[in-house]
Amino acid sequence: MKIHEYQGKAILREYGVAVPDGFPAFSIDEAVKVYDKLNSKLAVVKAQIHAGGRGKGGGVKLAHNRDEVQKLASEILGMNLVTHQTGPEGKEVQRLLIEQGVDIDRELYAGIVLDRENRKYAFMVSTEGGMEIEKVAAETPDKIIKEWIDPSVGLQNYQLRNLAFGLGLKGVQVKNGIKILNALWKVFVEKDCSLIEINPLVVTKDDNVIALDAKINFDDNGLFRHKELADLRDIAEEEPAEVEAGKYQLNYIKLDGNVGCMVNGAGLAMATMDIIKLYGGEPANFLDVGGVANAETVANGFKIILSDPNVKSILINIFGGIVRCDRVAQGVIDAMETVKVKVPVTIRLEGTNAKEAADLLNNSTLEFLVANSFEDVAEKAVKAAQEVK
Amino acid sequence: MSILVGNDTRLIVQGITGQEGSFHSGQMIEYGTKVVAGVTPGKGGQTHHNIPVFNTVTKAKLATDANTSVIFVPPAFAADAIMEAVAAELNLVICITEGIPTKDMVTVNEFLKNKKTRLVGPNCPGVISPGKAKIGIMPGFIHKPGRIGIISRSGTLTYEAVHQISNNEMGQSTSIGIGGDPINGTNFVDALSLFAKDDETDGIVLIGEIGGTDEEDAAQWVIDNNFTKPIVAFIAGRTAPPGRRMGHAGAIIAGGKGTAQDKMEALKAANILVVENPAEIGIKMKSLIK
Repeated sequence: MKIHEYQGKAILREYGVAVPDGFPAFSIDEAVKVYDKLNSKLAVVKAQIHAGGRGKGGGVKLAHNRDEVQKLASEILGMNLVTHQTGPEGKEVQRLLIEQGVDIDRELYAGIVLDRENRKYAFMVSTEGGMEIEKVAAETPDKIIKEWIDPSVGLQNYQLRNLAFGLGLKGVQVKNGIKILNALWKVFVEKDCSLIEINPLVVTKDDNVIALDAKINFDDNGLFRHKELADLRDIAEEEPAEVEAGKYQLNYIKLDGNVGCMVNGAGLAMATMDIIKLYGGEPANFLDVGGVANAETVANGFKIILSDPNVKSILINIFGGIVRCDRVAQGVIDAMETVKVKVPVTIRLEGTNAKEAADLLNNSTLEFLVANSFEDVAEKAVKAAQEVK
Repeated sequence: MSILVGNDTRLIVQGITGQEGSFHSGQMIEYGTKVVAGVTPGKGGQTHHNIPVFNTVTKAKLATDANTSVIFVPPAFAADAIMEAVAAELNLVICITEGIPTKDMVTVNEFLKNKKTRLVGPNCPGVISPGKAKIGIMPGFIHKPGRIGIISRSGTLTYEAVHQISNNEMGQSTSIGIGGDPINGTNFVDALSLFAKDDETDGIVLIGEIGGTDEEDAAQWVIDNNFTKPIVAFIAGRTAPPGRRMGHAGAIIAGGKGTAQDKMEALKAANILVVENPAEIGIKMKSLIK
């Protein structure tokens, strides 16, 4: 789960991480009111969307007085912000963060993430703050300092010192830096994070170390331990069809093609997308209906797939194991009687009771294209999509 | 022969009285797997499917001489269940549970070091040696005893591969689902080295997917060890967008790493036959096994 910068900063503040004073604003009026509350002439107006690259996209601006805050808030609020992470369609800005300006001396980077190869969490810092860390890693890997955290003892003081001195911190900055880095790790562990990125972490002219940005993602599998985080979810930042699918416990990801697919199992769903492409089509989505492919799940699957107007044909690929194919077939028939499916549906059911399932489909008065192999279902569904005008 | 599970497997089911655990215990018994004990804390002394239930894994092992366990407990308690089985010094623990927090698995991974127990999973369909023992949730009837080993990060896509192998007049020595999570117990390299020593496995099907570098490591291992048994590989997720978790927690292209393209190239460089069409797994394996 992703959250907004201002929400992340609120969590960091709780853990004693120094962040600039600031508050969220949902309207222009509120933005001005927040500015009046801040004890600072210089303020930053920041678009709050779940994507990086906001500054480059024009979503982060400096304001020198009240009028400028009002002007910038009216420009940024409601704008369609396009960054390298939003895709070309961009994202509408619905929330702002108004915070005090900071007198920056140096911009640094700090991040914590799982290192899958080492099977440990890695704490990374770099003197190259403000840049994309992937770029730094690719071009100047020696400028990234890493400490791997031993799961049996946790983050140690010597590691914090390695990171702080590695960042070139001096004098009182070292103590301030260590305090922040230690707090970041504490947040990461206690909140079941999957990513924390502070970019930039800044050293101010008066030797403070401050988190100027905050990107925090949580491990979805750990959310059950953190009821307090549920309220931080901003559904407006998510694809509506994906939110809807989540309500039915379906795993759906919208893509750009026109062949909608419904599959049981994540791996088979990906392989089905791949084979659609191999036969000259483009998948419209990833949809894993999971282990229970009954009439209700199939009907919900249809609704989600058909909410995408680009879908010209639907492909169903179910490998029945514990789930019997004839049950799935009956589910598809029942679902098609309740949901109006106006595009051609191609079905392949393999595994337990596949033959009984084929008979059910063939004897139904509903129109199906019944496929008898993995290739066949892809070929037929792609062809069906191409034939629809 | 086969690897990991076979005729000498004596199985404990952790979570035997839960809905999933109960159903699949029935299926495993029906297949002929020697299920010797169940564990559900607080239900010790009862029986389930005529199998004695114990409060702890250690007690179950002592009473029944079990050597393997399979875990069906909910995600919040699964890491603890794995560690309990490891502490009881079973040879093999297979964790089916999906949705275990990554932080818990980092701890489990550390706990496993210098222990005798091998972990398979979590978030996997299990391990089957056809005709001998089925441990997990896979449909038994699609499998056929034979000489092809299967290693896969997926569930139903594994069944697809098994089905194709069976349909092409071959069978499986052992099929292992290693699971779709970012941190798992047994990876491709571990499974490959087990199959390497098994003289009843002639060829191997490797089903990978986007995310991580397990497939690249497997390719390097094949080169380093001059491994000569034929391998057919498929990588799911060529069309997956970066940055999105494709169902499995581990199936994500992050920071430009873990793309299907990288994995396919690494495997090809190790002389592994990589199929782009997932429907060709069986037929290509057949062409390599003469």
